[in-house]
Amino acid sequence: MEALDDYTRTLPYVAFVQRHLYSCSEGGINEIKKGIEEQNLNRVVVASCTPRTHEPLFRSSCEEAGLNPYLFEMVNIRDQCSWVHMQQQVDGTAKAKDLIRMGVAKAALLKPQESIMSEVCARALVIGGGIAGLTASAALARRGYEVVLVEKKEGLGGMLNRLHKLGPTMTDAGELIEEKIREVMQHDKITVFTGARVTAVQGFIGKFDVEVETESGKKKIDIGVVLVATGGRAFVPEGLYGYDGRRVITQLEMEQLLKEGLDTDVKNVVMIQCVGSRDQERPYCSRICCQIAVKNAILIKDQIQDARVSILYRDMQMYGIENEEMFRESKAKGVRYIHYDLARPPQAESDQVLVYHSLLGREMTLTADLVVLSTPLVAQEDANVSSQLLRVPVDENGFFLEGHVKLKPLDFATDGIYLCGSARFPANIREVIAQGLGAASRASIPMSKGSVVVEPIISVLADEDACRGCSLCVALCPYSALEIRNTEKGRKVHVIDVACKGCGVCAATCYQHALTINSYTNNQLEAQIDAFLD
Amino acid sequence: MLDVGRHPNIALLAYSEVEKVEGQAGDFNVTVRRKKRYVEKDKCTGCGACAEKCPTKVSDAFNEGLGSRSAIYSYFAQGIPSTHTIDPDFCRQLKGKKCGICEKVCQADAINFDQEDMIITLDVGAIIFAVGYDVFDPSQIPEYRYREIPNVVTAMEFERLLSASGPTEGHLDRPSDRTVEAEIATLEKNLKKSKRTLEKLEKKYDQTSAQFYNQYQQGQYQDDRDEQGRKKWADKYATHLAIMEPLEALKKKAEGFTVAKKLAFVQCVGSRDFRFYPFCSGYCCMHSIKEAVIAHEHEPETTSTIFGMDIRAVSKGFEEYKIRGGNNSNISYVRGRVSEIMEGPANNPVVIYEDTHKRQVESREFDMVILATACAPTKGIIKLAKVFGVALDKYGFIKTSPLSPVDTTVPGVFVCGCAESPMDVPESVAQASSAAERAAEIAIQLRSEKEKAVA
Repeated sequence: MEALDDYTRTLPYVAFVQRHLYSCSEGGINEIKKGIEEQNLNRVVVASCTPRTHEPLFRSSCEEAGLNPYLFEMVNIRDQCSWVHMQQQVDGTAKAKDLIRMGVAKAALLKPQESIMSEVCARALVIGGGIAGLTASAALARRGYEVVLVEKKEGLGGMLNRLHKLGPTMTDAGELIEEKIREVMQHDKITVFTGARVTAVQGFIGKFDVEVETESGKKKIDIGVVLVATGGRAFVPEGLYGYDGRRVITQLEMEQLLKEGLDTDVKNVVMIQCVGSRDQERPYCSRICCQIAVKNAILIKDQIQDARVSILYRDMQMYGIENEEMFRESKAKGVRYIHYDLARPPQAESDQVLVYHSLLGREMTLTADLVVLSTPLVAQEDANVSSQLLRVPVDENGFFLEGHVKLKPLDFATDGIYLCGSARFPANIREVIAQGLGAASRASIPMSKGSVVVEPIISVLADEDACRGCSLCVALCPYSALEIRNTEKGRKVHVIDVACKGCGVCAATCYQHALTINSYTNNQLEAQIDAFLD
Repeated sequence: MLDVGRHPNIALLAYSEVEKVEGQAGDFNVTVRRKKRYVEKDKCTGCGACAEKCPTKVSDAFNEGLGSRSAIYSYFAQGIPSTHTIDPDFCRQLKGKKCGICEKVCQADAINFDQEDMIITLDVGAIIFAVGYDVFDPSQIPEYRYREIPNVVTAMEFERLLSASGPTEGHLDRPSDRTVEAEIATLEKNLKKSKRTLEKLEKKYDQTSAQFYNQYQQGQYQDDRDEQGRKKWADKYATHLAIMEPLEALKKKAEGFTVAKKLAFVQCVGSRDFRFYPFCSGYCCMHSIKEAVIAHEHEPETTSTIFGMDIRAVSKGFEEYKIRGGNNSNISYVRGRVSEIMEGPANNPVVIYEDTHKRQVESREFDMVILATACAPTKGIIKLAKVFGVALDKYGFIKTSPLSPVDTTVPGVFVCGCAESPMDVPESVAQASSAAERAAEIAIQLRSEKEKAVA
């Protein structure tokens, strides 16, 4: 640190250097502000951690001290330097010097920018009418916002329609979902479209133009924010363990049998966990299947007391207070747990299951009138379509990817679009309801403010004469932020400020160099490169 | 934290406690005691000059007692607000001794030894509990010998040792080694002092201490004119030798010290245990894996063994992280509960366990053992629950129902995070938004009722 401090003092344009253990702490921020005021600084460079989390803070500190926030440059000497070169201290320090020199060179050429303000329409679009979407819709309506709820199926309720009772309280799923549907249907702020699809989404936070296709045709609706609550779907284990939907069934089919009341002939039930999950093809743990198996095992024992229920498992994922209690209850009721290894999975035959009990170290044969396979929740088949429509990402398993896995679990990286329920990742009833409420809260913030302030680091038509109106950039823009307009000078591209995310695709594509990105102009980047080569 | 500290709609009352609550949803009247810091919050800039000069050093609670702080302190470096606080249990001035150094060095004139607690009342529509949890104290489990064996630490202590801003700057120095190094430092300080004294005497008598001491031992200075002085010199030199010998021995011992490279993580310490908490704390499997991965990043020779019954890696990307830890970070997972931890040679803890896959009881020696302690309800929660009238579950967490996951038993009072039940960061963040939603609904409801009443 000391070496960097000394070095930075030798750089051109540098008037003042200060070192902090935590520049982002209240003390550090105050020192920066004091520096700007007392030293009359006209550019600020912070060399520290990542701009992803801290740039907004430092920018606003500059602003509070009277400096335009876009005269600030952040140099990341942590993630891309000290972290990756942990074992090479000397080279790492040399690289940090390079990075700082480059940052300073760029900062010298930065220009002040003014932020862009835009109004927010106080109407939310909720996609998906399952428990997550219903919870979020009702919450937003209680807050006084208009809600448009779009469900692709003919009726609301989603997965809960097909479930019997919900653990750990053994609440009747049908009654619960009926009550939620009633609340939503009765609310005059909520417009429900069933058997409908969102077919187009244009625009940006506060001003989305949404097209909904229903049986009676297409409708255009102005929307301020969008909530994705499209849920998941149970994996169908075709070809696994002799799955036939009759003697070898899934937990979802088990729910139906329990609803109808079990046949009293069912005396021996064997459940197999991790069918189609935690394997090569689908490495993730689907979180809720162990809870479902334990709950259904208890319900089987409640219906047929002398039934023998065995659960073949790899790890019993009964996290938390309620799950672990339910797990113990099942044991007290006589449910048997048998550990198997992925390397030696059980084998299901016509009326029995062979399993290598890895804790006893021996083969066992279990009689089975019914084999129940615990399969994971997987992403909706049309998750990719929704992802493209909304221009939000999905992860490697097809679930929607939130803005930050720890700190922004219910937001997308794109402003104005939010996420809840099993569309994000498998979740139980408690978690889904909490997320539905939480996403509603997140979505209500821009609506209650009534306007949003958008980053001005965006594309600009720097050289209008050079633009030939070829519209190559318009075709490539991932945010629909560009359009061609007829002007006095002919066809020219126009940037829709609020929609632009400043990704730079257009500027990189334009062979006429007509477009550029604020704070990433050619001369700024060239100055950085020159500084590196010095 | 900073976002909260800087938000124009948030009044942050740190170092304060709720004493009384009256009223009902939409119209609560809350009495808050703002505890005296002996530092004026409007004046203190958080510069830290006072803490630097304060002569009283106290065990640092933020670093789990592994480091020290001053009697005037901020809880941790990035803490919000950065206002410092004087710890009245240790401050010399407040204990009636002469000091007041902080008052002298404070350029903002913020120190006020006469400050008193302040009682304020707040009118609020809704209340959210986010009081978190306590780390289970594993010294209640006699067979794990926490505190008896120095190199058995809790996951939170380990977290501080791994932290670049922690007491070891991220180096995995073993607690037993740190104790030896602290002893060496003390002895060296004493040695320096005694050297200075001896140098003066040597100058006075123009002779080396060793030479003199040899002659003195042989009785050369009996009946010397300056018998008293000579005796004093001899005593001083004897004391000096008494420091030298153990110091050399300790230094020799310390030569062999390296950072801890062979780590054992013990899961379900106080959780899934009928003597303490029968529930699963949910997040501990993941923090053990994470700590093992980070330890390996710091020192590539590190190997870690995680002992657990089930490894519960159930959130997004967790199972994949667990497998990656095994493939890339030298982590192995042993299915079995640790039955005993003993102390082996060189302060190495020895873990005794049943490997349930091999069906054998085995024992292994490690450099350090990390206990994945349970999520315990926070100590103050019973008192707080009484003040607010909210019900607790049988373990002492705030009671909710699965269908109203953030509503307590009192309307208008909500809860989020580990005050409700054990949960990890993304769940807590999501729940915080849920509680904010429910609180906002109350506010809106109240506003519309008022509007109706006016109409």
